[in-house]
Amino acid sequence: MSNGSAALQDIKTLKNVKTLRKDAWWVEPLLTFAVLFSFVVYATFRAFEDNYYYVAPYLSPFYSPCLVDTCAHVSWRIFGKMWLITPAMLILWIPGGFRMTCYYYRKAYYRSWWLSPPACAVRDGHTTYTGETRFPLLIQNIHRYFFYFATVILLFLWWDAFEAIHFPDGYGVGVGTLVLTLNATLLSLYSLSCHSCRHLCGGHLDSFSKNPGQYGVWKTLTKLNERHMLFAWVSLIWVALSDLYVRLLATGMIHDIRIF
Amino acid sequence: MAAQEFVMQVWRGDSSGGAFKEYRIPASEGMVVLDVIHAIQAKHATDLAVRWNCKAGKCGSCSAEINGKPKLMCMTRMNSLDTSQPISVAPMKTFPIIRDLVTDVSFNFEMAKRVPSFKPRPKEADGTYRMQQEDIDRVQEFHKCIECFLCQNVCHVIRDHEENKKHFAGPRLFVRYAALEMHPLDTNDRRELLKERMGLGFCNITKCCTEVCPEHIHITDNAIIPLKERVVDEFYDPIARMIRKITGK
Ligand code: SF4
Ligand code: SF4
Ligand code: FES
Ligand code: FES
Repeated sequence: MSNGSAALQDIKTLKNVKTLRKDAWWVEPLLTFAVLFSFVVYATFRAFEDNYYYVAPYLSPFYSPCLVDTCAHVSWRIFGKMWLITPAMLILWIPGGFRMTCYYYRKAYYRSWWLSPPACAVRDGHTTYTGETRFPLLIQNIHRYFFYFATVILLFLWWDAFEAIHFPDGYGVGVGTLVLTLNATLLSLYSLSCHSCRHLCGGHLDSFSKNPGQYGVWKTLTKLNERHMLFAWVSLIWVALSDLYVRLLATGMIHDIRIF
Repeated sequence: MAAQEFVMQVWRGDSSGGAFKEYRIPASEGMVVLDVIHAIQAKHATDLAVRWNCKAGKCGSCSAEINGKPKLMCMTRMNSLDTSQPISVAPMKTFPIIRDLVTDVSFNFEMAKRVPSFKPRPKEADGTYRMQQEDIDRVQEFHKCIECFLCQNVCHVIRDHEENKKHFAGPRLFVRYAALEMHPLDTNDRRELLKERMGLGFCNITKCCTEVCPEHIHITDNAIIPLKERVVDEFYDPIARMIRKITGK
């Protein structure tokens, strides 16, 4: 794909050259594709599985909040018995939509899934391009609404982390408690470093000196925002591992270790 | 082991076409790509066209594509490249070639002409303007731009889709728009223009502009995304709209 010096000799016009890059530019989009694809496959499987998501006192983040009567652990009884739809499907569209419309993930999947462009100075994989100016990509503009909804979900995940010290035989801390607490922490860092959050909490202002409180918040969020990509990846991987941990406990493949 | 000589593949040609030509230049320590191009001009090709000025990464003239990556020639050290292989040097792809490494970058100046100018609010009673340091810290970053147009060059919206040049200002200009929109004294509102005619929505925030900026301006995170959010405030956020109507702000 890269043009070695032999190929360079044959180029007569630069317009149609796919790229002159010689480095392994395709590694990054390939890795991104592989990780995102694995996550989507695993999350879809778990959303349909409708089982092994609760082992007292741990509730998997994929099924939290669990809003259905028939849940293994009901967070909030809102719906009666459901047909076809699992409790995970009722809520997963929120974190899913939050990540789909996230400014960072947009970069990640536009490059690795849509090849638009696959890497910098490598030709776009499409002949025409309208970006985010039309439906359906115009929808990306509602990212802040997903941020609001995701914040509500996050509160439930913190509640789950808190509940995870409440064992049938009294209070304690197990490895699962740490797993769920770290999960809520990483997801909070991901949410707080969100570009929409940074804008809504102060970025929209033109004069910071007239709003010192918001300026302080904006400065802190800016520091987090610089690491948004890191939080995006770490929190994505950890939420899947947290679910996997609960699943392994629930299927009896491993046993939780009580720290105290 | 350091290379004894540099093997360079330099694009020679004009708007009708051309080819990469190979030149060999004795290696010496501390050379940057522009030094090697000057050596080629001196020894082998006195007619080689190249634009440069400061040799210090500040005038923004010497933009090119080195081994396919958009960079300033005067800021790219030869020892940062794999000199065991030939090094290719090509003109910026997005702009029409005038000759060899020189391109016609007037697209950028045409787009600059369309930016509505700074329109300050009325002066205070004592005839002055007052701003605090924290009010202008944010836009200071945008003023570092040296107009090298590497960001415009790498942006796939126009690099790979010529037809978008009609309605896409490009990252360098978005940096300029951001500097004005976030300015504490400015009263112009450019959001509708950005959305309707400057193509802010064409940017899919894939961040290549940020990757190539020699001034390390966070073009996407600090200029484009905040502008997109400001456009959302005005056009895509019904609740914010309702609140504005009720509060009259
Ligand atoms: S982030 Fe936007 S403006 Fe920058 S290169 Fe990518 S598409 Fe172009
Ligand atoms: S924003 Fe950066 S890359 Fe773009 S023209 Fe200015 S200095 Fe060059
Ligand atoms: S969550 Fe990534 S930008 Fe909002
Ligand atoms: S010659 Fe001025 S930036 Fe390279």
